[in-house]
Amino acid sequence: MSTAPVPSISEQELASHKSGSEGKGKRSRKGSFIDPELIRRSLGQSVRKLSPASLAHNPVMFAVEIGSVLTTIDAFRYLFEGKMSSFSFTGQISLWLWLTVLFSTFAEAMAEGRGQAHADALRKTRTDTEARREVANGYEMVSATQLVKGDIVVVEAGELIPGDGEVIEGVAAVDESAITGESAPVIRESGGDRSAVTGGTKVISDRLRIKITADRGESFLDRMISLIEAAKRQKTPNEIALALLLAGLTLIFLVVVMTLAPFSSYSHTTVSITVLIALLVALAPTTIGGLLSAIGISGMNRLFEANVLALSGRAVEAAGDVNVIMLDKTGTLTLGNRYATEFVPAKGVSEQKLAEAAQLSSLADETPEGRSIVVFAKEHYGLREQTIADRKATFVPFSAQTRMSGVNYDGHELRKGAVDAVTDWVGGELPPDVSDTVARISNEGGTPLLVGEDRKLLGVIYLKDVVKEGIKERLAALRRSGIKTVMITGDNPVTAAAIAKEVGVDDFLAEATPEKKMEFVKSTRAQGYMVGMVGDGTNDAPALANADVAVAMNTGTMAAREAGNMIDLDSNPTKLIEIVEVGKQILITRGALTTFSVANDVAKYFAIIPAMFMVAFPGLAALNIMHLTSPRSAILSAIIFNALIIPALIPLALRGVKYKAAEAAVILRKNLLVYGLGGLVLPFIGIKLIDMVVTVLHLVSVAH
Amino acid sequence: MTWQGLLQPFLLMAVVALIAWGMGTYMYRVFEGGHTFLDPIMVPLERGIYRFVGIDPDQEMRWTTYVFALLAVNLIGFIVLFILLEIQTVLPLNPAHQAHVPFWVGWNTAISFVTNTNWQAYAGEATLSYLSQAWLVVQQFLSPITGICLFLAVARGFSRQSSNTLGNFWRDFVRALLWISIPLAVIATIVLVALGSPQNLHPYTHVTTLQGLHQIIAQGPVASMTAIMQLGDNGGGFFNANAAHPFIAPNVVSLLFQLLLGFAVPAGCIYLFGKMIKDTRQSRAIFAAMAVLFLAGALIMYHFESAGNTVLTAHHITLASHANYEGKETRFGVGTTTLFNNSTTAISWGSVAASNDSMTPIGGMINLFNMMTGEVIFGSWGVGMIGMLAFAILAVFLAGLMVGRTPEYLGKKIEAYEVKMSVLAMVVPSFVILILAALSVSIAAGKAGIFNPGPHGLTEVLYAFSSGVGNNGSAFGGLNAASPWYAATVGIAMLLGRYAMYIPLVAIGGSLARKQHIPTSAGTFPTHGLLFIVLLVGTVLIVGALVFFPALALGPLAEQFAMNAGRLF
Repeated sequence: MSTAPVPSISEQELASHKSGSEGKGKRSRKGSFIDPELIRRSLGQSVRKLSPASLAHNPVMFAVEIGSVLTTIDAFRYLFEGKMSSFSFTGQISLWLWLTVLFSTFAEAMAEGRGQAHADALRKTRTDTEARREVANGYEMVSATQLVKGDIVVVEAGELIPGDGEVIEGVAAVDESAITGESAPVIRESGGDRSAVTGGTKVISDRLRIKITADRGESFLDRMISLIEAAKRQKTPNEIALALLLAGLTLIFLVVVMTLAPFSSYSHTTVSITVLIALLVALAPTTIGGLLSAIGISGMNRLFEANVLALSGRAVEAAGDVNVIMLDKTGTLTLGNRYATEFVPAKGVSEQKLAEAAQLSSLADETPEGRSIVVFAKEHYGLREQTIADRKATFVPFSAQTRMSGVNYDGHELRKGAVDAVTDWVGGELPPDVSDTVARISNEGGTPLLVGEDRKLLGVIYLKDVVKEGIKERLAALRRSGIKTVMITGDNPVTAAAIAKEVGVDDFLAEATPEKKMEFVKSTRAQGYMVGMVGDGTNDAPALANADVAVAMNTGTMAAREAGNMIDLDSNPTKLIEIVEVGKQILITRGALTTFSVANDVAKYFAIIPAMFMVAFPGLAALNIMHLTSPRSAILSAIIFNALIIPALIPLALRGVKYKAAEAAVILRKNLLVYGLGGLVLPFIGIKLIDMVVTVLHLVSVAH
Repeated sequence: MTWQGLLQPFLLMAVVALIAWGMGTYMYRVFEGGHTFLDPIMVPLERGIYRFVGIDPDQEMRWTTYVFALLAVNLIGFIVLFILLEIQTVLPLNPAHQAHVPFWVGWNTAISFVTNTNWQAYAGEATLSYLSQAWLVVQQFLSPITGICLFLAVARGFSRQSSNTLGNFWRDFVRALLWISIPLAVIATIVLVALGSPQNLHPYTHVTTLQGLHQIIAQGPVASMTAIMQLGDNGGGFFNANAAHPFIAPNVVSLLFQLLLGFAVPAGCIYLFGKMIKDTRQSRAIFAAMAVLFLAGALIMYHFESAGNTVLTAHHITLASHANYEGKETRFGVGTTTLFNNSTTAISWGSVAASNDSMTPIGGMINLFNMMTGEVIFGSWGVGMIGMLAFAILAVFLAGLMVGRTPEYLGKKIEAYEVKMSVLAMVVPSFVILILAALSVSIAAGKAGIFNPGPHGLTEVLYAFSSGVGNNGSAFGGLNAASPWYAATVGIAMLLGRYAMYIPLVAIGGSLARKQHIPTSAGTFPTHGLLFIVLLVGTVLIVGALVFFPALALGPLAEQFAMNAGRLF
């Protein structure tokens, strides 16, 4: 029999709970940045996106496009007038302005392209299947498209499930790899929390009777595809707020540039429209404006790559804001199986005797608890493993009446079981030392099991719920980033408190019922917190529906999946933590690139302003602190820098700024330093270098 | 530069911090509950006013109602003042037989004194009757109170939660008048008289000087008018020369007293805000940010004024001091006068002790910049504080995103609506200044009013509109402010700078009051630490610099570089 020691079980457990890409037999959802097919498609898309109608949703880039048109006209005017030097300069500015717009549409197309690839892969699985529909006198074969809510179908092994539904009869192994990417089949059965099936998945053993719960076009797969494709159209609240700020900034700079024309003519100098537009484009927040939609779309993609399906972008953003998360004790924080960790003998009984009895009584007990007792006795008391046959013993299985199990051997009766059951068996009274032990174990959150022989008490087995590996560190990381964790458990408050302390959660909800969970969500939200929770069972649905971020397990019931605003295809309860991180990452990336974009303006001013007015006020040459070669090379270099920074930052926009759980102040200090100070300094260097190249290549005439 | 001159601004900030604490504590009791030593006199008076006017001071108002009441009071103030000015020739108390006030000057002045700008397109002693001056004093009492009401409405947005209302405008208005304006003005008047300012209603005195020349000595209720002009950050001086006039500031003690008077309420509002939101650490951070900006301006100005005019040095012209004494109040010296002028533009005050027009280009630019940033470096009664809050909202919005949460400030979520309104408030000053200045340098009516063409003229124009929008009221000079074009457009600038800028902020207050408080945690970006101060200062500087850099490059910067190269305008 299996004698796997405890740690290896926990490793196994953890492995199956590990997220997406690391699991075995997993189809990789990760897209590569240098996928040539993706780049080729995105290039085509990016040119199509230049149409004013599709650019209008992005005021910053729309302004740049209008500017490009104007400078292009200006360039051709010079060409027809035969002013070749001015034509060359204006033409190059126009070219780079067009490239600026193109780079931004390319970024968006890249982000969308990765999502599109996921959607296409899913669509392939949506083949039209035949369904065996129950009618009054047997079955009829209909196309899956004809199924409506409430129909009952039967699916045999080897057949595709024709639509989303609830298993009402049968148990079967189902291959859900089409949806989850997980090749290992899962068990679906009627009743309980594993009754939901998804259209497009395949029954690989047995047969299921399924009640269809979704009409054609509203199925899970359809929703998934449309969600992935629609990611580009949804604007989240923060994105709207940021877009407003960017539009406001663009408007301010428009006025700055427009009023500069009269100011300069008052100062007896003329500035060409191309130079004014160049200044506008340099000042407008084009970097973030060009990458904003790509950041949001790729955030959704990243979640999908982690096998999480967000039903709205709003939910993803809310995930970044969550400050209380509710985690189920069993299966999320603890392994859910209890393990023997201590034998406490009764007075007058030796530890060795108790260990032996405990082991003997558990030999035939195939439950994880039973196995753990055998293993514990072997490892800590040197008891070699024996079998029931060796001792000529007969196994007494657990029954609902006795609530005990054990063995009979050599005329002796050996029993182990719950405290009250064994207490009754031994005659109704516990010696004080044993009842103290029982109380201690309960208080520490453990489960005491009593062992007795021939109606005499031998001692207590301490069974402990084992905390998952690494969970303490994750909870600590959450606390550092200001997120409170609440453990949900059915245990009594005393036990719950003990486990809560051991696991390291901030709070717990004991003796949780569906009503209590929902009340807890509601009252926590009423205090101003944003609540995230994971649920799978139907009884989680009310609480899920009230939470800000509600992650339903894919293995969960339909009710839970309906109530949630995200679905974890891996059904991994700790995934919520990753979801929170992705939510934060999207916001951080937006903020960082905005800061970078605005900070860039300082250097661009120092390049362009002296270039514009050095003729009228030679003293302003003092502002040319980068010592750029000539006014024209200065302006061109600033515009080239402005354009090139967009593709340079596409990988960052698609990947997201790295997020490591830490205090807000620490994260801010770091990001301000990198993106604020970096954004201030980098363009000075970049523009200077580009100016050197422009000069070497004689791209503009040096004379003014 | 002297070490005393360098130390002076730091000392000033230290004293202002003390005053802020005292005034803030007092004002908290006045507005948000508690008792003050003035209650036995003022409470019956307050009740009498409510009964007389028939208002219920306990009726809570939504932000729209609050703003409507405020606008109504201001509109009535405008109409009364405008009529008074236009018919002063037929009204009593005009012993100097002042003539009719031109229409646009009347418009300009009426707006000016309603919006707490107190830009004077006229010379007070040569234009207005005693009655007009007296009514201006009334407005100088009322207009800063409007500011403090705007402030209270916004502050309650932060301090309240799940509430639709922001308090009662009438109660705030009456209490500010009875507990703050009147008692402080009375005390300040007594102090100023004691320090030597005249206080009478005599006709102007005609004297023959020792040289045998004839001189008219203007006088009147100088002390009382100076008290309220400085206390209310009005700056509309009894005399055109303002604080450089020996009757307004007879000595340096009087001048410094007036300086502190100007800081009293604006700085107090910072601490009051902290008391209201029950977190005075936030006040400290905002005070620190303002102080940093103030000190930077004061020191740069002092440096350039002390360095003086490089052209003189270049031409081997040696004066007693190489510092720029031109236009300074020589009784007080370069250090004190520049400190006074930097303060006056920072506090949206407008009282001056030196001629801005005669400063070095960079020195003048500091004054200009203080106003262009939206008068958030202390600013006028309460509105400087809420202007700074708008900057804080923008700073926190970006910073908040960078920590990975929906940005929040003082426990309130900053969402699209708040960003939209802050951007609106931020856009107003830049649009008004740039567009009106661009028009002025393009059309004949505008160009005709510029006395010094070239970059210096551009500075003069920018200054006029910045002063108007910032509701500051200090003048650079060198501009024909009384010409119909400037009187009309500066009037528009003052209107927009007051209402288009601050009403969106009250709207933010209304929206924030409805929101719930988010409990603070390690995930909350702390807004009371050094990092936030740096961020806030950076936001003010960068936003201000980015918007006005091109204009400043063609104005004061071009002039300074030209001056260094030996060219003057």
